[in-house]
Amino acid sequence: MTSSSLSQVKTYSFWYRYKRYIIPSVLATLLLIAIIIFYRLNPAVTQAVLASTIRQSTPLILGALCGILCERAGIVNIGIEGQMLLSAWTAYMMNVWSGNLLLSVIVGALTGALLGMLLAFTSVTLKLNQIIGGTVINILALGLTGFLYQTGMTTKGKLQPIPLGGLADIPLVGPVLFNNPPITYTAIALVFLLQIYLFMTPWGLRTRSVGEHPRAADTLGINVFRTRYINTIVGGAIAGLAGAFLTLEAVGSFERGMTNGRGFVALAVMIFGKWNPIGAWLAALLFGFANAMQTQFQFMGTFDIPHQFIGIIPYVLTIIVVSGFVGRSRPPAAEGEPYEKE
Amino acid sequence: MEPNYVLETKNICKDFPGVKANVDVDIQLKTGEILAILGENGAGKTTLLNIIYGLYSQDSGEILLNGKSSPIKNPNDAIKAGIGMVHQHFMLVPVFTVLENIILGSEVLWGPFINKSKARQKIIELSNLYGLEVDPDTVVEDIPVGVQQRVEILKALYRHANILILDEPTAVLTPQETNDLFGIIKILKEQGVSIVFITHKLKEVLEIADRIIVMRRGKVVGETIPSETSEKELANMMVGREVLLQVEKGIAQPKEIVFEVKHLTVKGSSQMHTVHNVSFEVRAGEILGLAGVQGNGQTELVEAITGLRKPDEGMIILDGKTMPIQSPRVMVENGMAHIPEDRHKHGLVLPYELTDNFVLCTYYQQPYSRGAIRDEKAILENAVELIQRFDVRTPSPHSIAGNLSGGNQQKVIVGRELSRPVKIVIANQPTRGLDVGSIEYIHKTLVKMRDQGVAVLLISAELDEIMGLSDRIAVMYRGQIVATVNAADTSREEMGLLMAGLKQQQSE
Amino acid sequence: MTAETSVKKPANWLLSIWRSIRVPLVAIILALIIGAIILLVTGVSPIKAYLALFKGAFGSTKYLQRTLEKTTPLIFSGLAVAFAFKAGLFNIGAQGQLLLGAITSAFIGFSLKGLPPVLHISLALIGGGLAGAFYGFIPGMLRSFTGAHEVITTIMLNYVAINITDYLADGPWKDTSPGNVVAMTPQIEQSARIPFIGPVPVGFLIAIVISVLIWYILGKTNLGFEIRTVGLNPHAAKYAGMRTKMILVLTLVISGLLAGIGGAVETQGVVYRYQPGFNTGLGFDGITIALLGRTSPLGVIPAALLIGAMKAGSNVMQFEAGVAKEILDVIQALMLFFVSADMIVRWIIRVRKESAEEVTLTTSWGQK
Repeated sequence: MTSSSLSQVKTYSFWYRYKRYIIPSVLATLLLIAIIIFYRLNPAVTQAVLASTIRQSTPLILGALCGILCERAGIVNIGIEGQMLLSAWTAYMMNVWSGNLLLSVIVGALTGALLGMLLAFTSVTLKLNQIIGGTVINILALGLTGFLYQTGMTTKGKLQPIPLGGLADIPLVGPVLFNNPPITYTAIALVFLLQIYLFMTPWGLRTRSVGEHPRAADTLGINVFRTRYINTIVGGAIAGLAGAFLTLEAVGSFERGMTNGRGFVALAVMIFGKWNPIGAWLAALLFGFANAMQTQFQFMGTFDIPHQFIGIIPYVLTIIVVSGFVGRSRPPAAEGEPYEKE
Repeated sequence: MEPNYVLETKNICKDFPGVKANVDVDIQLKTGEILAILGENGAGKTTLLNIIYGLYSQDSGEILLNGKSSPIKNPNDAIKAGIGMVHQHFMLVPVFTVLENIILGSEVLWGPFINKSKARQKIIELSNLYGLEVDPDTVVEDIPVGVQQRVEILKALYRHANILILDEPTAVLTPQETNDLFGIIKILKEQGVSIVFITHKLKEVLEIADRIIVMRRGKVVGETIPSETSEKELANMMVGREVLLQVEKGIAQPKEIVFEVKHLTVKGSSQMHTVHNVSFEVRAGEILGLAGVQGNGQTELVEAITGLRKPDEGMIILDGKTMPIQSPRVMVENGMAHIPEDRHKHGLVLPYELTDNFVLCTYYQQPYSRGAIRDEKAILENAVELIQRFDVRTPSPHSIAGNLSGGNQQKVIVGRELSRPVKIVIANQPTRGLDVGSIEYIHKTLVKMRDQGVAVLLISAELDEIMGLSDRIAVMYRGQIVATVNAADTSREEMGLLMAGLKQQQSE
Repeated sequence: MTAETSVKKPANWLLSIWRSIRVPLVAIILALIIGAIILLVTGVSPIKAYLALFKGAFGSTKYLQRTLEKTTPLIFSGLAVAFAFKAGLFNIGAQGQLLLGAITSAFIGFSLKGLPPVLHISLALIGGGLAGAFYGFIPGMLRSFTGAHEVITTIMLNYVAINITDYLADGPWKDTSPGNVVAMTPQIEQSARIPFIGPVPVGFLIAIVISVLIWYILGKTNLGFEIRTVGLNPHAAKYAGMRTKMILVLTLVISGLLAGIGGAVETQGVVYRYQPGFNTGLGFDGITIALLGRTSPLGVIPAALLIGAMKAGSNVMQFEAGVAKEILDVIQALMLFFVSADMIVRWIIRVRKESAEEVTLTTSWGQK
């Protein structure tokens, strides 16, 4: 055969494969050094900020994982905000009613899954524009939670941190990483689980094919519609976990509109992380860190900045990320388009 | 009595809204046979094969495998039955590697994980057995089209296909790559694979097929073998009447240079899509054909010279004036007409009425608008006149463009472009996907423009069209012009060599 | 999102109107039915609730006035979204643009003194419009030149706008008259206030006039043709020599302008100052109205009236039937769902093998 065409085939050298990790590795090392220095200077504050980083990043990473699952399968989900909000409320109400925290968390996840099913239905079966579908979910959640919310409910406790044995005693790292409540641990575990799922299992391969080239997947016998449904529903459950986190782990009560845009920031986290679970986790930590610093500055009153200006930081950061000022990235090629069997 | 056919269809019928795609189609495929299905665009060949492969389901009729009725409801059934299909537009995920594309949906497992090394082994085995060289770990979007096709074939063989369906496989290949493909097909036949081959290219059918079935308007209209027929006879069967295979034209009288491209370089989205230091000129009264297999930079070249894409280097000179980059409007105002490659994407706004489509490029000029306000009366009059002049079959000038047939849509575009005073017409794949009647019309129109002193740049992947219409031909290969020849002095074989980059022109 | 009518016959004019409104009509009725079911489940009589709602909206001159007052900013918000839709853009930032318009108008209203009313009103309106236009310019530029999807950027900018207006109303522009602790601007001068004609706010009339103007621009001018072409087929627009990037920016600028004027009209016609916490959720209202009005500038008017009536009547409904007003948000979400689902489903059945007939809304996060 024409061996000339084979010689044009690209071979991937070591340098090519790994050169993109150089800059992040250098930055990470610098960061590590900075943390150690700050810890020496003021251990209490450093620990508080890092712990707050983990706390603030948890709903973001869960939301981003939801977005990743949906978009990798080809469904754009801007209804994460609504999923979080409604799940926060249902989890809260379940707790008030039953006192059973585990059950409440499950109810939250189920709520998210149900809304995910709604999005899948409008996007896959009705072939409705996915952004409108997500908007409907947001408005529905806002309306329902506002309508059904009553003040003065008493919760029966919230989820407590669970120390992981000896690991929790390591200075700095211990209390920050190894003494967290269950949903926080779950979020971190999910990051690695999804990374493995997407890139090392056959179902992950099929999911990604459906998001990139659904017709190719269809010709190989993969059920595009079912794949999209399943991924969107599971993604919804994860977003539901984020909602449950807000009321059952972070705050302990419900408030109208308490998600406050986190669902949209999660989308920026997903884009920043290049639709990759581990990348998104790092991005979530970054955003969480920004939030933590914001609270810290307010608390210390160091700079004389009105709190609203600090308040806009996550939103401005999101705009910057989405505009590609921190690097271009390619979403799954077929996302947002309804699949027609023709 | 009758030999057992490995694949047979009986009375397949399939209707789509407004069109009967398949009407009582009976075909038979013998084991180890190469069956060619020949027909025009829209004859129903692809529909039939999509039904056999389970992508569509027939309205009535049955499919038999080895004599037994076997309902095929989805591609999984087809794959299980040993049917593999290579589509005209490849079904490959661009960002996946060759390996991932091949195993998708039929992965070998190691626990819950994909066993890549085992898969790789099997692919290399198959690749050696059938002579289909590939590198399993390259990303598909970086490999050339001919190699991508091998991946598609390997996909079918990986799933133990013994019936292979190829839909217009040579549409994207050079004559050399086509020869390679035919070699592979012969090897497959020796190994006992039965092959169904769809095409509209008469020469290929006569070269490779064991048996030929001709379809027209959804029906089987003829069956024959290569030794008992000719190109002309096949063409007549395909179309149902006497077909003029040659374009009638007189000798060209080229005059001054109207359009010049100098040192044009466009860095495309990948290796495959660049234009490198291209220069050429077109004269008034001549047709310059740009030949080359699709994917050698033609699309990017045309986008650059019509103002749709920014070139990285180079100049475009129209009517003696240097054109600013990326401004289609200035080009239009200086006498350029552009019949785009993709009429749905660039050429028309499908939801608009014909009235608006006819003034798509000139709506801001008088008489179609006064200042910023549109003159709907003038726009309507223009549409009425052009519909008449260019024989557009439509019930009304207010018809929606999307409702017209492909041929009539193309006539709208041609009418719009050629009714302006033009100095150069850039016609990019102007007859792709059209019925024979429309093709003849467009060819005649282009020759007429040439004879009226207009310069014509024709870009086409159909070698016959290029050779039939052009006065001079420039050959593009891997983003460069490798030769410029006179059409009358060059044989088809020579063209093939030039298009495959295997022969460089000696002179400057 | 509408296919242009295929054959224009004057006699079919009425029929085409019916065809235009039957989808939203069905959507509204369906939503009201489901809303009624929800009310029943929570133990309220839906008939009582809906009657109270209607009474609260139209039952008296005072109520009618309140309905019109509520409707006016909704018309502007719906216009803003509908206008952007025509170019294939999703402007969810109408809320932020409206807030900036409102506070700018308030600033001009209270800081300039001694001006003749016509001048003062116009200045404040223009100022509000420009603020909104600027706030539409930002996502427009980002979208055209970086590919950033306007859905996210406009939502983010909404939150930024809320924060900034909060700051201004609680800080440098706070009402410093003795005894005031609430975060709000001083009242605007009498000369900046928009008058009434009976119960009809002049702002409402302004909204109607501007709707007609937008309808004319979209349908009869070259700019309108360009905007619609970019929305239906941006590739063909480029081929036709249209400067698509500029058109997208201009569209969002105009969209923001409309929303900004809406905010100014609210300030100058109803509230007479800027007060935070005013009219949240307007961005989503705008989407519902735009779709109910089938993205037509004229269709926006009745749609806005419907939503405005619902908002105005909600107080009476809450008071007399004991129903929390958020049920209307739920009903609104249902309307949005039905009107868009209905349209798309019908469109799919009708347009089987043709290319997409609807406006090409960007479906992904923008790769250039």
